Amino acid sequence: MAIWNSHFECMTKDELEQLQLERLQATLNRVYRSVAFYRKLFDQMGLVPDEINSLDELSRIPFTGKTTLRAGYPYGMFAVPLREVVRLQCTSGTTGEPIGVGYTRNDLTHWTEVSARVLCAGGVTKNDVVQICFDYSLFGGGLGFHYGAELIGASVIPGSNLDPARQVVIARDYRTTALIATPGFAIRLAAVVREKGLGPADIHLKRGLFTGEPFSERTRKQIEDELNIKATDNYGLSEIAWPGVAGECEKKKGLHIFEDQFIPEIIDPRTKEVLPLGEEGELVLTTITKEAFPLIRYRTGDITALDASPCGCGRTLIRMKKVAGRTDEMVTINGVSFFPSQIEHIFSQIWGVEPRSCLEIDRRGNQDIVNILVKVSEKIFFDEMKKLQDLKSKVEREIYQDLGISVKVKLVEPDSFARETKGKRVIDKRESS
Amino acid sequence: MLTIRNLRSYYGRMQALKGVSLHVKEGEIVALIGTNGAGKTTLLNSIVGLVSSITGQIIFLNADITHQSPREIIRMGVSLVPEGRQLFAPLTVMENLTLGAYQRYRRKEKSKIKSDLDTIFERFPVLKERQSQVAGTLSGGEQQMLAIGRALMSGPKFLLLDEPSMGLAPLIAGQIFQIISQLHRQGTTILLVEQNAAAAFKISNRTYVIETGRVVLQGASEELLHNREVKRAYLGREYKEVWE
Repeated sequence: MAIWNSHFECMTKDELEQLQLERLQATLNRVYRSVAFYRKLFDQMGLVPDEINSLDELSRIPFTGKTTLRAGYPYGMFAVPLREVVRLQCTSGTTGEPIGVGYTRNDLTHWTEVSARVLCAGGVTKNDVVQICFDYSLFGGGLGFHYGAELIGASVIPGSNLDPARQVVIARDYRTTALIATPGFAIRLAAVVREKGLGPADIHLKRGLFTGEPFSERTRKQIEDELNIKATDNYGLSEIAWPGVAGECEKKKGLHIFEDQFIPEIIDPRTKEVLPLGEEGELVLTTITKEAFPLIRYRTGDITALDASPCGCGRTLIRMKKVAGRTDEMVTINGVSFFPSQIEHIFSQIWGVEPRSCLEIDRRGNQDIVNILVKVSEKIFFDEMKKLQDLKSKVEREIYQDLGISVKVKLVEPDSFARETKGKRVIDKRESS
Repeated sequence: MLTIRNLRSYYGRMQALKGVSLHVKEGEIVALIGTNGAGKTTLLNSIVGLVSSITGQIIFLNADITHQSPREIIRMGVSLVPEGRQLFAPLTVMENLTLGAYQRYRRKEKSKIKSDLDTIFERFPVLKERQSQVAGTLSGGEQQMLAIGRALMSGPKFLLLDEPSMGLAPLIAGQIFQIISQLHRQGTTILLVEQNAAAAFKISNRTYVIETGRVVLQGASEELLHNREVKRAYLGREYKEVWE
């Protein structure tokens, strides 16, 4: 199994930590000098970047959130003048206002490098014909993979946003060996392959790298079986690098985070405390090589856990688990999209307080079923049963009127609430059923 | 080979370095660039123990040398070619070179010193020719060669060079850089401070850019060459493009 950059991907812990410290300190000095938001933030905290003497002290700095980046749209968070920026992209804005992102020439070099690392970890070599089924647009993705694959020296097909039927024809004609797509798109391709009655003699795919959507083990199995390929996961985000924050190697034991460029932390999204290694929480990233758009402790909103145990592939980089969900999770029920926070808001309006709740989503036939588990203390449970029942149906009615979905509210005691929800706001059983 | 963490150096109440971290690996040539007063010379002087008021950590070959005496640090294999050469002007070339090895005579390394001297004369034939000439009468380039030769006489594993091209005609400066490149190819690890950023980028593996006592950029030299901020500030190109 090849490693694209064994210097940076196989460093000893000491080497890596020294490099991270140097790059972190330089980044902090630069953002303090050049980004008004960070200068103000540090000044408010009475913090001088010089005071950060170790990687642990990173936690003294406040987080950067999506709201800040949106407020800075389009150029407010840039650390270099626009004339040094050679590429502009933005996030898609599906969950709100878009975020503008810029890259200097060096940023593009680094991005291309990490993209090549992702592809190499997934098994892509210069002998592959790589078909990239991501939109080549303002939103990253396609371009990121494209440059990485070219750097490796593979033959690259910019499939972009062509429909599945045409992608399959291209894959057949050009004998594509590596597929880059969302997991959902891969499943649609597999369906087209079946419909067209194509067999292994027609489709030469050997491997696929998937990202951009939740990618469960079940989906992986389905894609691997239907397309007869090895499927690996990778992770990135348009605000930082997509693709290129982390990539799964062929051991499929988690995604290696490129720690020479990004420092990962896992926090409890509610308390914002940094969690011990191995615990599940929200991924927070600090970029330490970015010139144009450096981010300090950026809350990704993605839920995962870190694993520092050695990997059989030889990389010493820490691994993150497949993303388990999002903190600001948008949920789609029978075609209606909403955020759990909207439900919580309705609770707080009717109940006067916002109870701990969790959405349990399942599918019966073609219908999505939603139960809202609400944590109630035993005291209330016995004393005010009647009143609670009224509140319960009131909430159910209100949610139906407000969001157009029917839900069942279930009152749950603290113990079983903790057992059933495991701290999550949303449990989606549709994927695993 | 060398690892520095959070180095802060003070001259009285004046803080010259404000938490500098950097590293140099064996066999590397690392450049340090920055404007006047950024703290480059202070950094080199701190490494060799010439600045006494420092905090942080300087680790050389796995040993903490933060508060060691210059003498001990040189004995461990670090050697500095100081800014402005700092030769013993009234002494001869030979005497200057001999002084470079003064710590080694006590250790009875006479035959090794002799062979090092031969190597230096091979590398700098002009020094051999002028071995009995008074150092102060040498030309700038020859003086720089002598300063490097003198530093090499201590048999260093790690060479610190402070602005070796300063005050030299471009052609002579070019020769000095060639010599530095040669030394590197022959296995000497080098930390190079330079104002001539273009030349420093060319011969070094990695570069740190230091500004008012802080590192603001670091990375492969080849990459930093593409950083337009570096280009403007240190390479003097593109200044016409600043139009806002």
